Formats: sequence, C-alpha cells, structure tokens
Amino acid sequence: MKLNVKINGKKFDLEVNPNAMLIDVLRDAGFKSVKNGCSEGSCGACAVMIDGRPKNSCIILAGQVQNSEILTAEGLGNPETPHILQRSFVDHGSTQCGYCNPGSLISVKALLDKNPKPTEADVKDALDGNLCRCTGYVKRIEAVLDAAKIIQKGTKGKK
Amino acid sequence: MANTTKKETVKKAAPKKATTTAKKPAVKKTGAPKAAPKTKAAVESAIPESPLVFERPEKFEQVKHSLEKVDALGLVCGTQKYVGDIDLPNLLHVKVLGSPHAHARIKSINTNDALKLPGVVAIYTYKDVPRVPRTTAGQGWPEPSPYDTYLLDSKVRFVGDRVAIVAAETIEQAEEACKKIKVEYEVLEAVFDPEKAMEKGAPVIHDEKDAYVPIPIFYDKSRNHASHVETKVGDVEKGYKQADVVLEKKFYPHYAQHCPIEPHICIAWLDENDRLVLRTSTQVPFHARRITAQTLQIPIKKIRVIKPRVGGAFGAKQEVLLEDICGLVTLRTRRPCKLALTRSEEFMSSRTRHPMVVKIKMGAKKDGTITALSMRIISNTGAYGSHALTVLSNCGSKVLPLYRTDNIEFVGDTVYTNLPVGGAYRGYGATQACFGTESLMDDMAEAIGMDPIKFRQMNHIVEGESSPIFKALGEGREGVDMAIGSCGLAECITKGMKIIDWQKKYGKKGTGTKRRGLGMCCLMQGSSIPEIDMGSVFIKMNEDGSFNMLLGATDLGTGSDTVMAQIAAETLGCKHTDMIVYSSDTDMTPFDVGAYASSTTYLTGGAVITTAKKVRDQIISVAALKMGEKIEDITIADGICYGKGKKNKVSFSDVSKYSLYENKQFQIGAIGSHISHASPPPFAAHFAEVEVDTETGEVKLLSYVAGVDCGTAINPQLADGQTQGACMNGISFALTEEYIFDNGKMLNSTFGNYKIWGTKDMPNLQTFLVDTYENTGPYGAKSVSEISINGALPAIGNAIKNAVGVRLTQPPFTAEKVLKAMKELKSAKVEAPKATAKKGKKK
Repeated sequence: MKLNVKINGKKFDLEVNPNAMLIDVLRDAGFKSVKNGCSEGSCGACAVMIDGRPKNSCIILAGQVQNSEILTAEGLGNPETPHILQRSFVDHGSTQCGYCNPGSLISVKALLDKNPKPTEADVKDALDGNLCRCTGYVKRIEAVLDAAKIIQKGTKGKK
Repeated sequence: MANTTKKETVKKAAPKKATTTAKKPAVKKTGAPKAAPKTKAAVESAIPESPLVFERPEKFEQVKHSLEKVDALGLVCGTQKYVGDIDLPNLLHVKVLGSPHAHARIKSINTNDALKLPGVVAIYTYKDVPRVPRTTAGQGWPEPSPYDTYLLDSKVRFVGDRVAIVAAETIEQAEEACKKIKVEYEVLEAVFDPEKAMEKGAPVIHDEKDAYVPIPIFYDKSRNHASHVETKVGDVEKGYKQADVVLEKKFYPHYAQHCPIEPHICIAWLDENDRLVLRTSTQVPFHARRITAQTLQIPIKKIRVIKPRVGGAFGAKQEVLLEDICGLVTLRTRRPCKLALTRSEEFMSSRTRHPMVVKIKMGAKKDGTITALSMRIISNTGAYGSHALTVLSNCGSKVLPLYRTDNIEFVGDTVYTNLPVGGAYRGYGATQACFGTESLMDDMAEAIGMDPIKFRQMNHIVEGESSPIFKALGEGREGVDMAIGSCGLAECITKGMKIIDWQKKYGKKGTGTKRRGLGMCCLMQGSSIPEIDMGSVFIKMNEDGSFNMLLGATDLGTGSDTVMAQIAAETLGCKHTDMIVYSSDTDMTPFDVGAYASSTTYLTGGAVITTAKKVRDQIISVAALKMGEKIEDITIADGICYGKGKKNKVSFSDVSKYSLYENKQFQIGAIGSHISHASPPPFAAHFAEVEVDTETGEVKLLSYVAGVDCGTAINPQLADGQTQGACMNGISFALTEEYIFDNGKMLNSTFGNYKIWGTKDMPNLQTFLVDTYENTGPYGAKSVSEISINGALPAIGNAIKNAVGVRLTQPPFTAEKVLKAMKELKSAKVEAPKATAKKGKKK
C-alpha cells in the first residue's frame, strides 16, 4: 500500500506492506532513533508522537497512520541545535546507554505540549511507559522539570 | 615516583593464613611474577611494569567534575548508532529454533520442508557444524568456565536451547521455516532442583564425553557438578563454641534477567578482504573474537569485532551468544546477516542471575564479637556452566571480608540443572551471598540484643585491615593478598542514617493495619580482577591539539568513554572535549578484557594515565625544542605549554604542527597498558523504609537511601547515575522480578509479565557519594558500577522484618509471601515460641 505521512514535518510517500509495523516502516525510512526493546508495547523504546499523542510504534500497523503527522526524536533536535528537553537530559546526566532516550523524550515532549507546568507526579506519569534499566529515573525527572521551567521562562532555544 | 613504588604500600596488616583445601585451583602463572618482582633486570626493562600506586595531584581540573558525557548529545538526539542502526544490502535474517523440552535428545531432524519455503536460504543443524566444546562466558583465556557448550548439539538441555539455525530473506520467513523443521525428540528426565541434581541417580545433563574444564580445577559432570570451592580460616567449630548465640539460616536468591532495553543483537558481513566482521552488542569484543574463532575453527586474524553504542548490558553481554551463529551464516552463505533476540528469547535463552541456596551460619558473643562465620552456597548454573566457578567464588570473596572474624569457612558448589543458563550479572555472586549475611547480621543483632547498626559498626573492616579471604578466594586461581587502602563505610552509615532519619523513625512501627519498618545493610565489591585483568590504550595527537584515544574498553552506556577522556585530559593538561574517544574495535583499538568485574575505571583508567604521561612527555620535549627551553622548565595548563617563568608559550596545536611538519618530525602518540595488582573494594551502606499492609501483605517501599564510597568519583554525576540505576534494578529484583516456570519453561517471558520498575513505582530514592582516595587507583578511583545492586534484597528484607517481624528468605518479597509468613508467625506464636537460634548457648 501507499502510505502518506508527514514525518518530522516532511512529507513522505512510502510503499509499505499494510501489515508492517510502524516501527519497521520508520526505521526503514531512516529514522533509527526509533528503537525496538520488546515488540509488545511494554517498554516505550519505540515511542513516537502520532498526531500529537505518544504511541508505541511496535504495536501500530503502518496502515493505521495514513495521513498522520509523526514526530520522532530526530525531529525534536539534533546535536547542533538540540531541543531544550534533549539539552536538559544531557545536563542532568539523564542519559547512560541512551537506548530508551528517544522514546522517553517523545513521551515528555507530549507531556509538556499539553501541560507546560507539570508536577513531579505528572512527569512520573508521563514516563511510566518508558522503561530504563540504567539510570533509576531520578535524573530524567529532574531534567524534565528543569526543562519545563526553562521553556516557561522563554529562554532561547528550539521548542 | 609512583612507577617505582613497590608492594609495601599496598599491604599493611598481616592476615591470618587461610587454608584452601582439596579442590583448590592450581596457579597457572608461568610468566614473570607481578606482585613481588625479583626477576632479572633484563626482563624487567623489556616488559613495562604496571604501577602499584598513582601520583596524586594537588588539585583536579578535569577529574572529580561532572563534565558532559562525550556521547550524550548524539544519544538523546538519536544520532548515535547501535548495532542495528546500519542498513546493509542483501541482508539475511537469522532465527534460532529453540527447544520446547528441558532435556531431550534429537532423534531425528528434517529440514527439507522448511528449506522449500520461499526466502529460506540456509538451515543448519548439529550435523552441519563443527563440534567444538567451549564456553560462552566472555572471560580471559583460558576461561575458568567449563567447555560444555556447542555451536549446535544433538542434545538440548533447557527450554530454549539451540536446535537449528535458519537464515532467510526476511525475519518472517525465517520464523516460518522454524515451524516447518521436523524434530523428533527423545524426551529425557529433567532435573530442576540443584540439590536434587547433585544426588546419585539424578539425570546427567552433560553426559557427552567431550565437555571439560580448561584449567586445573574441580569438575565432575557425571554428578552435574560444574564447580566446587572451599576454604577455611581459623577453626569455625572452635568459634561456634565461643559464641553466646549461633544462628543458621538458608536463603534462596532467585532467578532474574538483566533486561537491557536493547536485547542481544549481532550483524555480520565479509569485508573487502574477505574477513568476517561482527558488529555486536558486547561487553567483551576481544573475548568475542577469540571465542568465535575457536567455535568456527578459523584464525583470529580472519575476524574483526566492532562494538558500537550498546543499549545496556549489565553482564548479559559478557557472553558470546550470537557472534558464532552470525559468523557461521555469513561464512557459509557469503552474505551479511543479522540476528536479534526477541525479548522472550532474551529472558529464556540468553543469560540470567544464578539462583542460589545460601546457607549462612554465624556465631557471636553478647558483646558483639563475631566468633565464626560459615557460608555454604549451592549455585544453580542451569544447563551450561557459564561463570560457574567465578560467580561462586565471588559469593565469598566479595562478602566475607566485610566483617572481622577469626574463623571463616566457605564451601560452594555450582550445579547443572535443566533450567535457563546463569551468567555474569551485575553484583556477580555478591548480590546473592550478601542477602544471606546481611539478613543474618540483623537477626544476630536482635538475638544478642544489640542495635543492628552498632553491631555492623563494631565489626566492619576499616582502612589498613586485611582479610585472609582476599588471598584464599581468587578467580580460577589463588587470590591476591591486600589491605584496605580506603574505606568510607563509616561515613556511608552515619550520613545514610541522617538522611533516612533512622534515630527518629527506627522501631516506630505505628498502629493499625499498616506498619512501618526500617532496614539497612553494608556492602562491598571489588575493582577489577587483580593480576589477571589487563587494559590498554592508544593516544595520538592531531594538528589542532586534539587527541584520538582508542580504547579496547567497552562503554556500555556506563560513561566509561567520558571517564577515560577526563583521566586523559587531567594527565595531558587539556580539556576532556579535546579527547576524541573511540571504543571498541578489535582491528583498531588495543586489547582490553572488556567491561566486567567492576574494572574499567580502575583498570583501564590506569592504562590511560600511563599512556597519557608518555604523550605528555613527548609534548614537553617538542615544546622545549620549539621554544628553546629546557625540558624541566616546561609546564602545561589548559592545552598550552609554558617555558621558564611563563615568558614563552606554545599551544598544543602548535606543538603538534611542529612535530608533524616542521622539525624532527614524528607522530606524538603512545600506547600503554595496565594490569591491576589489587582489587580495592568500594563500600556502601543502603537503607530502606517500608510500609507493610498487614491485611494484604503488600510491601510499599517508601524511601531508599544509598551511600557509596567509590574512592574519587572521576565524574560524580555519572557515578551517582550508576548508583541510582543499580539501586532501582536491585529494588525491582527484590520486590517484583521473578521467573515463573512450568516444567522448565518460563511462563512470563515478557515485560508485561515480568515486572521491572518504572517511574510510578519509584520510592523516594536518595543517593550520595562519600569521598575517599584509593592510592592504587587512577586519581584515587575505585569501582562504582556493581555494588549498589546488592543492597535492596537485604535492606528491604530487614525493613520488612522490622515492620512485621517476619524474615523472608525466598524473594521476591511479594504480598503473597509476606502474608503467608505473617500467618505462619502468628500460628507459631500461638502454638509455642519456637526459636530458630540456639539462643543463650554458653561457651
């Protein structure tokens, strides 16, 4: 089937198997930040934003995202111009192996879009589906709360 | 200077002699002795000596600062590349058909139908591959693990064991082909209980003739007996007679999986010179190269192993699990291939924490003196003996030295069963064994009427002291005698008590259905395997004053690339961002044993200092030449070389250009190695506060506090992150993680059914580092990565006992188990007070 999607703001016209999982479609299209950790929607490593909502792309069929807008971690920022959340993850030492980072960042980006002044409980709620075995989560929660404050203050940076 | 300082600085106290009896591994050393060199001068000058201690600068510019992780931006932006993040044309997808039976012989195997399926390119069974006994444990050569594992075999020994290898154009086609392979099994009686497996008449799991252990240690496969260790210090029987109280209890630390979020993955291809390239998620690229060559019977020079970014490992990837399969497929088909484990395969057929029976016996006087301590371990290694001996010996060596006693006994056995295979897992035996000792320390404190913290403070090892266990229990050979050079445990305890508010809260259980309890424990680990582990580093200078640093050491996400950059920058006198770090690639980077045994910072950090000093000397020589100054007058600060009185100066960039283009040209650069002569323990104190619902048995972990002495934290933020991650992993292990089996088959091999903790499960987790200085380590550093996974089992267990009076010995501490134990306690109290201890026993 033909899949028309917008990925990170750019239009794509992809030829895909309708039974293909979105994670594979995205990775094949070059968006390697989308990681596979469990193939059952439990770990969040493959989370991407679909029309503004974070979803685990390993349990979504390509056919389900026709005409959708998808955001991956590559669309948030790059090492030269990282998103405030990405910068904050780095500054707070929230990244160890990094495998869960892109999915986690998508989850908290979705949170801040909806709720720019989250509480710690809100952040924990948003990140609960993103398993991390390295960090113990403490530093990434601090990173998100800090990023929210920076964004609120309107400090320069890519939002 | 540090280089010439000899052993006397390391050993202080003369330990009591240990007698390791009978099955003591023979010392295989044939080369020059390293600890006390009395070799001929000629040999000494030819082979560089690793320093025993390192220089201590007055202040640090790069080290001891929380500088940015060198790969961090790429990681958060998704631009860093893991194994699976490259696309290769013409790639084959590989699937391994796993055994449905726990113990069976393959009577016949027919692949004809499967081979006819579309897209299927090749199928291999045991008939098609060389039969080479070897271990999958990625340890130094010769490995102290039995050679009992085959690329493919005619026998399967656990559910998920390899039956056949399928390569197809797509993964779906490979999976489909697996279903069409016709296998006729002769199902054999299986054994799942390690104690039963050792009994006479039990099914023999390794009845093949060719399994053996490559070093002279005990091995009796006819009794499912994969290893045995025993050692004695003093006279435990005498010690127990001197005790006022003797307690003995069995503990059952359970199966668990590492759960790196990136499951095992390997990609293979043939390069332009027809060499096999393995791009793999590994902790041990050099061991992976060696073991793959051994398994496939090809020369090491035909293989290149590349380790890109790794998505977590925790010991699971200290195992050579996929490289042999991918190598086989690519060599036979001459096409690139990929094998990635599914999460379910990761649980069932990769590696696990060895579950154990830990029996601890302790004698103590009422004044708090520990008169004797015995540890009896039965370790269940599952179907193959990966790390069988070394996890076992670490139960003793990383736990028994913690408390002073004259009489110690350690007896351990590792046993085969038809269950998933044990392996290296963060904590490596210490996790299992300290659950026993630290639980019994609390029970003993209670029995002698002493505060559990005071009891520990009275008895824990301190600076300058040694333990005979260090020498008695090595890894496949005798250990290394050492005295403790740094110990911040006392401060970990007092600071931790303040943070969790111990004085105010301890003993205040509250009333009603929810009771609160506090528990704590003390921990130690090691830093590298002394006189065995080796790491090396190559540094070269570029025109702009930056440096390429090539490391065999493997950053798994731990941040070791950053830590090494900081150590190098400190030594060279530049910024850590001037170091371009690359790890690891067996063609490009010098040898390193890899990331295990809490070694990288301590061991490879030493190699970085040694190498960077050589480079610094070259820089100084060139700067002196360029400026017309004397070498001894040159100083370096922030990438600039200054002459006498700082009148002349020349930048690193100018020095490099001068050496490359202008005068007496040469490449500024050096290679250096380091072996460790000691394994200084990091120390930690962990504290837990729980609330137990007496109606449901549910345990709520309210707070968890962990203080760690890792010597100098080269990067405090990263060290803290290691601690937090290890704590959460330990907590999750203690409270929810569990393998549920039916006839040897794991029933819950998904994240949906095997609960690892997420953000909403978190307690109030607080961690801190206690600053000490370890002279034998690079800039005072010891290890940090493993130790903090060990605390949760005993600390939470002790807190539960403090809250509701029950001692749980079979984790995880689920509501069901707590409730059951509380009911048993209640009925025992009604019947008659039955003491588990020989209380009041007089000497």
